[in-house]
Amino acid sequence: MSQRLVNWFKFASPASFYPLAGKMWPWFAAIGTVLAAAGLWISFFVAPTDFQQGEGYRIIFIHVPASWMSMFIYCVMAFWAAIGITFNTRLSGMMSSALAPTGALFAFLSLWTGALWGKPMWGAWWVWDARLTSELILFFLYIGYIALTAAIDDPRRADKAGAIISLVGVVNVPIIYFSVKWWNTLHQGASVSLTKAPSMAATMLWGMLIMALAFWMYSIAIALYRVRAIILERERHTAWVAELPEMQR
Amino acid sequence: MNAFIAIVRRDLLLAARRKSEVLTALFFFMIVVSLFPLGIGPETAMLRRIAPGVLWVAALLAAMLSLNRLFAADHQDGTLEQMSLSPTPLALLVSGKVLAHWLTSGLPLVLLAPVLGLQFDLSPRALGVLMISLLLGTPVLSLVGAIGAALTLGVRGGGVLLSLLVLPLYIPALIFGAGAVEADVAGLGAGGHLSLLGALLALGVFFAPWAATAALRIALE
Repeated sequence: MSQRLVNWFKFASPASFYPLAGKMWPWFAAIGTVLAAAGLWISFFVAPTDFQQGEGYRIIFIHVPASWMSMFIYCVMAFWAAIGITFNTRLSGMMSSALAPTGALFAFLSLWTGALWGKPMWGAWWVWDARLTSELILFFLYIGYIALTAAIDDPRRADKAGAIISLVGVVNVPIIYFSVKWWNTLHQGASVSLTKAPSMAATMLWGMLIMALAFWMYSIAIALYRVRAIILERERHTAWVAELPEMQR
Repeated sequence: MNAFIAIVRRDLLLAARRKSEVLTALFFFMIVVSLFPLGIGPETAMLRRIAPGVLWVAALLAAMLSLNRLFAADHQDGTLEQMSLSPTPLALLVSGKVLAHWLTSGLPLVLLAPVLGLQFDLSPRALGVLMISLLLGTPVLSLVGAIGAALTLGVRGGGVLLSLLVLPLYIPALIFGAGAVEADVAGLGAGGHLSLLGALLALGVFFAPWAATAALRIALE
């Protein structure tokens, strides 16, 4: 058991994680591409037209997974932040900052596609509904994290400060969500929930789940790719980076 | 506990010697509130409707303005490092500084709000609720703001960055604070909103000094 534990901690070092991430990201990228192709095929050609919303509903195949990912990535960021603060590992902070742009991207994508969906369905690009507003605030939290870590020159201090703000944020996200929810709500109820049977056709659900998986794979691949770049940037003075074959060229 | 009282008295004394900083934030609050009727028009029905929101947003911005000076001066002259080395827990000292900050920036807003509320033709009852909501809400602003102030200590472009970090976290206080007055005016009773504000305050008092201390230790490394 202790042997296994040692093996896991081995990858907490940037020097040993760098080649591992290099081996892993192409696989995740490939699986993500295949899943995205399958998911898009289902969502455009297999899933039936919705009898109420027409063809316009198909945007949920992007919109819902993007919203899920934007929320989930924030939790993963906070998880790495907590690990980084507890164990004082350098890689955790790098993971957090590698995830933040992807999370912000998904939050933005979710707002954007939501606006495109809202115009034909609600007749407005934007309404001050609880879930839209909390997604917008989540986007602001991502921007705050990115701005704070970018403003601090010392990367170690930037990581720690970012860790604190993301932990404060993750405590606040439920508070913000419920305060906004009680403030105003108009959004249609969640179409997929864990407690009750989903209120949509099985093919639609499959399309959405496959797209969600594709977004997962994309996020993992891009985070690993970005963390490799961050490792190279921060460790450029070390001997092991100088010995890398890609640095020899 | 002596150290706590000492630090509150020290910060209040410092604020009393530099009155302009406190007064600037107060006048900022008054000017922002007075701008809204000029921009929107003087219809009393409309003003009465927007009053709670306007007063609360102005209070948020005024609290933000004064956050910069919460730790900056002590950081520059090295007092903060001495505090972190003292036998008293730093979190307690930070709580003292936050309390002093609230007494100099939050409490004046609470006292000034009814006067500004009169400009918006709020009823005496609504003014009372507004005061209570500000009384419960402005300490939350100081507490959450302290985390942001500690994180941006000595960072490039600290002021703007601070607003970017802190304003999203202020949203629950804004919603419940302004909501309390609106609910009362609508005849629904402000009890629920005020209780939630109180809950936010309790959470803030418990967690915020702790998080701000962790952030300060990073800045002092």
